[in-house]
Amino acid sequence: MQTISVTQSVAMIPDGASLMIGGFMAVGTPERTINELVRQRKRNLTVIANDTASPGHGIGKLITAELVRKVIVSHIGLNPETQRQMMAGKLEAELVPQGTLIERIRAGGHGLGGVLTQTGIGTSVEEGKQRVEVNGTAYLLEMALRADFALVQAFLADYLGNLGYALTARNFNPVMAMAGETVIAGADNIVPVGVLAPDHVGTPAPVVDYLILNS
Amino acid sequence: MGPQEIIARRIAKELAPGMLVNLGIGIPTQVANYVPKGMHVFFQSENGLIGTGAPPEEGMAHPTLTDAGGSPVTALPGASTFDSAISFGLIRGGHLDLTVLGGLQVDQQGRLANWTIPGKMVPGMGGAMDLVTGAKRVIVAMQHAAKGSPKIRKKCSLPITSLRPVDLVVTEMAVIDFDEGHAFLREIAPGVSVDQVVDATEAELRVPDHVPEMAL
Repeated sequence: MQTISVTQSVAMIPDGASLMIGGFMAVGTPERTINELVRQRKRNLTVIANDTASPGHGIGKLITAELVRKVIVSHIGLNPETQRQMMAGKLEAELVPQGTLIERIRAGGHGLGGVLTQTGIGTSVEEGKQRVEVNGTAYLLEMALRADFALVQAFLADYLGNLGYALTARNFNPVMAMAGETVIAGADNIVPVGVLAPDHVGTPAPVVDYLILNS
Repeated sequence: MGPQEIIARRIAKELAPGMLVNLGIGIPTQVANYVPKGMHVFFQSENGLIGTGAPPEEGMAHPTLTDAGGSPVTALPGASTFDSAISFGLIRGGHLDLTVLGGLQVDQQGRLANWTIPGKMVPGMGGAMDLVTGAKRVIVAMQHAAKGSPKIRKKCSLPITSLRPVDLVVTEMAVIDFDEGHAFLREIAPGVSVDQVVDATEAELRVPDHVPEMAL
């Protein structure tokens, strides 16, 4: 684990990269990393996240800056700009049921090839997917997801990279931290090693590659 | 009493002590206002909270304590928070007793369409498909008709949310349930006649000899 400035962290991300970005309607999203992605104009990004937030917030800033080529998300309804770019053919949107999305990410981070779920059977979500029958029940095979980078935000981090989360800012963050080739974490507060109680660690240090300093 | 209050008050009668309940946005959210006094119910926000309370007083909001729409909420004593994998494990895994969702259309067999109007409104399904597929009980809260056009129809013209039929539809006019592919009129709202409900419904509605008035 290395500590790093936000500028250095974003400089590692090439144009065209796939990014998992934590947060739910911008709650628990690494806002400073987003701002720096906009400032450095990283383009053609694929964003895997719960939603695209709203204009001016979290992932909404990447959308407004037209830096995103494709999103894999469960919801874009509160960001009219995402819908506009999608209708105009500028942005590809793969819409995934929220519970399926989190399980695909979990599978990616946990060494599984995919998951079987009843969600989406008989709806437009089933198109192009394989049905698998187990003990007489039909499931959809949903493939695992990984990304080049996981950009996560914690409430507390220590200098080893242990992460602890707060309330509803947890959401996709700990699951995504397992599924990025490179994991870059931001934290609201960085504390000395030993301050975070083992039971309060949501993401263990060895998973985190870089911790963004707050100064 | 307005249409939304009728719907919310009637659905609140379906609550029982200790239930884990997920309320969608819109009319469903108002069900929380009519929980019987003294009854403890767990409300889930699918962004990772059980024990969701009312919006905070001014100045008391915290940026990390929000509902599924991103608005500030409170956490009641005994609340718990968890990541999205657990949140949807609760929903799909048989732990969620009841979900209440809004609806665009419901077909005669009870199948719900509530997530998209192709070409017009493509918001994404969010958690709706998991909720309708996985909750133990699904109740739809919606107005009986939209601009004079019936929402309870023989077939949905909009893409469905799940193959799984909903358990109950509550509108400002009626309570309807479904059994083996048929829709049954179970209750009528005060001041509404059976004929008025049948006229406002496109689906074939089976009407028992006696249809009681909704208790509100």
